[in-house]
Amino acid sequence: MPARIDTVTDRPDTLTINMGPSHPATHGVLRVILELDGETVVSCDPVCGYLHRGMEKIAENRTYLQFIPYTDRMDYLSPLAANVGFALAVEELLGIRVPPRCEAIRVLCAELSRIGAHLVWLGTSALDLGAATMFFHTFKDREWHYDLIEDLCGARLTTSYTRVGGVAYDVTPEWLARLDAFVKAMPGRIDDYESLLTKNGIWLKRTQGVGKLTAQQALEFGVTGPVLRASGVAYDVRKARPYSGYEQYEFDVPTGIEGDVYDRYLVRIEEMRQSVRILDQAIRMMPQGPVNVDDPKIFLPEKRKVLTSMEELIHQFMIVTEGFTCPVGEIYHSTEVPKGELGFYIVSEGGKAPYRLRIRSSAFNNLASLAKQVQGALVADVVACIGSIDPVMGEVDR
Amino acid sequence: MADGAQAVDLLTQRFGAAILEHGSFRDQHWAVVDPKAWRAVAAWLRDDPATRFNVLLDVTAVHWPDRELPIEIVAHLYSHERNDRLRLKCRVPDRGPVDSLTPLWASADWNEREAFDMFGVVFSGHPDLRRILMSDDYTDYPLRKELPLFRG
Repeated sequence: MPARIDTVTDRPDTLTINMGPSHPATHGVLRVILELDGETVVSCDPVCGYLHRGMEKIAENRTYLQFIPYTDRMDYLSPLAANVGFALAVEELLGIRVPPRCEAIRVLCAELSRIGAHLVWLGTSALDLGAATMFFHTFKDREWHYDLIEDLCGARLTTSYTRVGGVAYDVTPEWLARLDAFVKAMPGRIDDYESLLTKNGIWLKRTQGVGKLTAQQALEFGVTGPVLRASGVAYDVRKARPYSGYEQYEFDVPTGIEGDVYDRYLVRIEEMRQSVRILDQAIRMMPQGPVNVDDPKIFLPEKRKVLTSMEELIHQFMIVTEGFTCPVGEIYHSTEVPKGELGFYIVSEGGKAPYRLRIRSSAFNNLASLAKQVQGALVADVVACIGSIDPVMGEVDR
Repeated sequence: MADGAQAVDLLTQRFGAAILEHGSFRDQHWAVVDPKAWRAVAAWLRDDPATRFNVLLDVTAVHWPDRELPIEIVAHLYSHERNDRLRLKCRVPDRGPVDSLTPLWASADWNEREAFDMFGVVFSGHPDLRRILMSDDYTDYPLRKELPLFRG
């Protein structure tokens, strides 16, 4: 969080201003130092770190299970997706794979949270550019998505739903029916959103040709997710390196051409439709059978058994107080979260906590491209660019 | 999927003694590079038609206080063309220096700043090496092992 502003150029005729850290259009505590020549951006220095909680350090002092609640607080607009990503990384380290039903439930979680995160992006980034109506529509549907998540795991935001080797609770047929109603309604809702913006003249003028990144530039910056795909690169971790059985589902990876704010808008809208498609398939193909791995050293026993059986009580006690041991080794595992590629690099020395946990944040790398995007743009375009990158500072700063 | 296996083979053929060590875990292959060859190896991996690691996904460090060279720089590369990943490491003295990868990839900029911020390791050739997450007046390097989580 460097407070210096001398990184900008030394021109005497420019004006340096602060946007943020508490500015409604920076989506959280992001500060952007702008050097302006009139209304034109000469240089831009995004300052992050205001939400730095030292999660990588904390992880070294927690058991693997104890770290799951921290993953909620990374991208707090899609906590379920980060829960899934972390559980998969630890399972990769352990060399275990969860049963098919659990994989399907995790796909439901990941796609439901993708829709939820994109609804926030759509509502707020449209609001930033003056299209206030959109916000009310998307937040109404986001409430529906939160109701579903609440029914799934008891919490709306701090879900902590996954466990290493499974999930906290199985899904019920009633919940799947409620999710199905959401899935059936969403395509029509997305049509409604599009009717407000896709051909809206003001929206087109504010977004087309703004914040352009070529495919080459996006790749150099390590940009991932919808921002990269809008630049024409069809990279999606779900397709490139399928996890949780994503290879069984039919879905497309939408890409853009121009790499501007408008294409990012189109890509995310289409991603919501594709997520609906995946959800629909996952509900209909939901396998029966066990949910969690059958390993009492790793996975918590059923509560009913803990209360009645000595052995299960001991297992629960040991997992909760001491945790489980991971083998010596190191892995990198990544998943496609709403913002892009979220990777966990875990170095294990064989202990109950990671020796080092590195979080490869999608939003952090995407935000690094902001200065490039706004070079020579107008101040008003900076707002459009930040909205289209869709950074969540909880994941940027970790 | 044997991530990086072929690339590690090619590296040992091409650079020989500059590849100090290599190995794998869960079929993810890694190579330790001589710090003197760090940037040259990375550039070759990026440009050679047989490897084409066009994306630098991440750069970070791991602190091993008991080792003679206590800072291990870890870079994750990805090739879109071949859908392959590689973990590249190099071991350097405390505080570095190590060659910056910013001339090769723009993504090295913020990630190396973060590694500097967290471990105090200096990346030579980095155009703008200053703290990124901690405040400017902070004096420690939080992810170093001698720094406790709580200071009582």
